[in-house]
Amino acid sequence: MYSSKILFGLAGLCMVTTNLHAEIRTINFNPAISFILDGRFNRYSNKTDYQLPGFMLGGEASRGEQGLHLGHNELSMSANIDDLFYGKLTAAIADHEAETQVELEEAFIGTRGLGYGLSVKAGRFFSDIGYLNNQHAHVWDFTDAPLIYRGLFGNQIKDDGLQITWLAPTEFYLKVGVEVMRGSLYPAAGASRDGQGARSLFLKFGGDVGTNHAWQLGLSHWNADIAGRQAGSHAHDAVTEIPTFTGSSDVNGIDIVWKWSPHGNSSERYLKIQAEYFTRDETGNVNMVGSSPLETTTYSGEQSGWYTQAVYQFIPRWRIGFRYDRLQAANNGSDTDVLTEAGLTTNGHSPSRSTLMLDYSRSEFSRIRLQYAQDDSYQDADNIFTVQYTMALGAHGAHKF
Amino acid sequence: MIKILTAIVAGLTLTTSVIADVRVFTCEPEWKSLVQELGGDRIKAFSATNAYQDPHRIEARPSLIAKLRHADLLICSGADLEAGWLPVLLQQAANAKVLPGKAGYFEASQVVTLLEKPEKVDRSMGDVHTAGNPHLHLDPHRISQVAKALSARLVEIDPEGTAIYYQQYKDFHQRWHQAIQRWQQRAKPLKGKRVVVYHRNWPYLLDWLGVQRVGTLEPKPGLPTTAGHLTKLKQQLLDQPADMIIHTAYQNPRAAKRLSTLTGIHIVELPYTVGGSDEVFDLFSLFDITLKQLLSAIK
Repeated sequence: MYSSKILFGLAGLCMVTTNLHAEIRTINFNPAISFILDGRFNRYSNKTDYQLPGFMLGGEASRGEQGLHLGHNELSMSANIDDLFYGKLTAAIADHEAETQVELEEAFIGTRGLGYGLSVKAGRFFSDIGYLNNQHAHVWDFTDAPLIYRGLFGNQIKDDGLQITWLAPTEFYLKVGVEVMRGSLYPAAGASRDGQGARSLFLKFGGDVGTNHAWQLGLSHWNADIAGRQAGSHAHDAVTEIPTFTGSSDVNGIDIVWKWSPHGNSSERYLKIQAEYFTRDETGNVNMVGSSPLETTTYSGEQSGWYTQAVYQFIPRWRIGFRYDRLQAANNGSDTDVLTEAGLTTNGHSPSRSTLMLDYSRSEFSRIRLQYAQDDSYQDADNIFTVQYTMALGAHGAHKF
Repeated sequence: MIKILTAIVAGLTLTTSVIADVRVFTCEPEWKSLVQELGGDRIKAFSATNAYQDPHRIEARPSLIAKLRHADLLICSGADLEAGWLPVLLQQAANAKVLPGKAGYFEASQVVTLLEKPEKVDRSMGDVHTAGNPHLHLDPHRISQVAKALSARLVEIDPEGTAIYYQQYKDFHQRWHQAIQRWQQRAKPLKGKRVVVYHRNWPYLLDWLGVQRVGTLEPKPGLPTTAGHLTKLKQQLLDQPADMIIHTAYQNPRAAKRLSTLTGIHIVELPYTVGGSDEVFDLFSLFDITLKQLLSAIK
C-alpha cells in the first residue's frame, strides 16, 4: 500500500520536475549584454612626462590624459553556450592618438560543472594571479591601478591561453590553478617557446571568521620567456629609440583581502582591506631599437613593490578609500648609460604614492568618484586630482569577491 | 615553490571528512528550515545567508564557494533575488550537480505563482525583479506548494531515502495545515489593516492576511529613503493613516523611526525569516511570532 502510493506519487512528481528543468534551460538563450561607460577629468600639477624609474612602462601603463576625456569604455557579452560551456567577450573601445580603436580584452570559453572541482578556461582572459589582476577597471576602488601593477604588468596581465583550476574538496576554500599563455601581450612579448611563452601557477585560500569577517589569501607565480618587449605605452610615435627587452622574467606575489560588515550584511556599512606584494627578476639584454650603432646592455633586474588599501562604506551609497603604493628596483647591466636611457636606473629613488578617494554609487550600476593623489613616482612630485563617472547599462553580471 | 604547494594541497586534502548525508546548500534560512523538516536526519543543510543580511547584497565569498562545491542540492528563491551573487557562486564552485537545469538545482519561485509581475521593466524604476516579487516564503500556502515539490526533488536525488522523505513530508504537511488553520483564526483582526513597508518584502504575507500596503519608505525598490519622499508619505498618511510601519531585522530602522516621529504611527520589527529574532527558530515559530508582533501593534 505504501509502495504503490509512493510509485504513483513519484511518477507524477518526476514528470513535473522534468518539465521544470526544461523551463529553466530556455531562459539561458539570450546573452547578457552590458556596456560600461567611463569618463574622467584629470588635473596634474606636474607637467613633465611620466616615468617610473626602474620599470619599463608598457601596456596600458600611463598617467592618463589631462582635462576631460573618455576613460575605459567596454562592451561585454556572456552567455551559456550549452550545458557544459559558457563564453564571454569583452571589447574595449578607446581613443588612442585621436583614433578609435577596438581592443579585444577578453574572448574566452569556460566549462561549467566539469566534475571533480575542475574548471577549464581557454581564449583570451585576464590572468588569475594576484587579487586585482582579474578585475575589470570599472570595479576598481580607485581610478587607476596600483603602481606595482602599472610597473610590472602594464596595469593587468591578459593573454591568449589555457587555464585549468581545481577547487579542492576541502571544507574551506582552496583553489589551485595553472595557466599556459601565448606570451605575446605585455609584459610578455614575442610568443616564445613556439607560442607558449608564459605560464603561471597560483593558489587561493579563503574563509570566514564568524559572521562578520571574510578573507582570502593568494600566492602567485608567473614566468615568461620574452622576446622583444618594448617600453613606452602604445601611444608613442615620436620616439625613435625604443628600449626593447629580451630574456626571462620571473614574478612571485602574495595577496590578501579582508572584509568586515556588521552581521555580514554589507548593504549598510562595510570595510575592505587589501594588500599585495610582488617581486620580479629579469635577466637578458636591453637594446635601444632604432639607434645606430645599436646601443645594448646586458640586464639583470630585481624589482619589487607593494600596495595596501582600505575602503570603507560609511553610509549606504558612500565610500571613502585610502591607498599607499611603494616600489623598489635594483637593476644592473654592462652599460649603465643604456640602462638609464631605457629608464631602468633609479638614482636611489623609490617610487611611492598616496591616494585618497570618495565615491557615490546611486545604485550598483552607477558611480561617481573624486580622487586625490600625491604621486612620487619619480623625482618631480605630482598632485593629481581626478573626477570619474563609471556606469553600466544592460545586464550587469555579479562580481567576484 | 612547487614542492611547497604540493605538500600543502596533499595535507589539506587528507583532512577532508567522508560525507554520508545529502548535503543541501540553501540561499536563505527559510529554505534551510523547510528542507530540514522534509529531510530529517538524512540531510545536512547550510544556509548561505542569515536573517540579518540583505539577501540581495551578498558576495560570492570563498566560504560559500567551498560549501557549494560539496552540495548535492541547491535551494534558492530565484526570480533574480540572488542574481547579484548566485551566478558567480555557481561558476566558481565547479559543481555540475547543482547547475540550473539539473536535479540538484531547485528554485522555489519556479513552483509557485508570483505576485507583482511588472508589465514593463526599466532600470529607472529601481531594482525591479522581472519575473515577479521573489520574497515568496511569507505565504504559508506557497510554502506548502514548495514543500511538495521539494520533497519530490529529495526523492529524485536520493531514492534510497524515499520512505523517510515520504514520512517526513506527511508529518510536516499535517502539522503545517493544522498550523495554517490556527494562524488564519488568530489573524482575523488583521484583515483590512493598513501598513507602511520599508522595501517590498511583504506582498505575500499581506496578501494572505488581507492587509493593505499603503506606502513604501523606499521611493523605488533598492533606493534609500529621501527627505522629500518622507514628506510626501507623511502628507499621504495624515489624510489616510496606516496602522503600523513594518521592517525586517536586516533593514536599518532609521527611516522608519523618522516616519514614526512625523506621523505617530508605531513601528513593528518583524523577523522576516528564520533567525530574525531569538524566538524564531523554525518556520512555525516564524509565523507565530510574526502574527504576535502584528497583533500587538493593533491592540
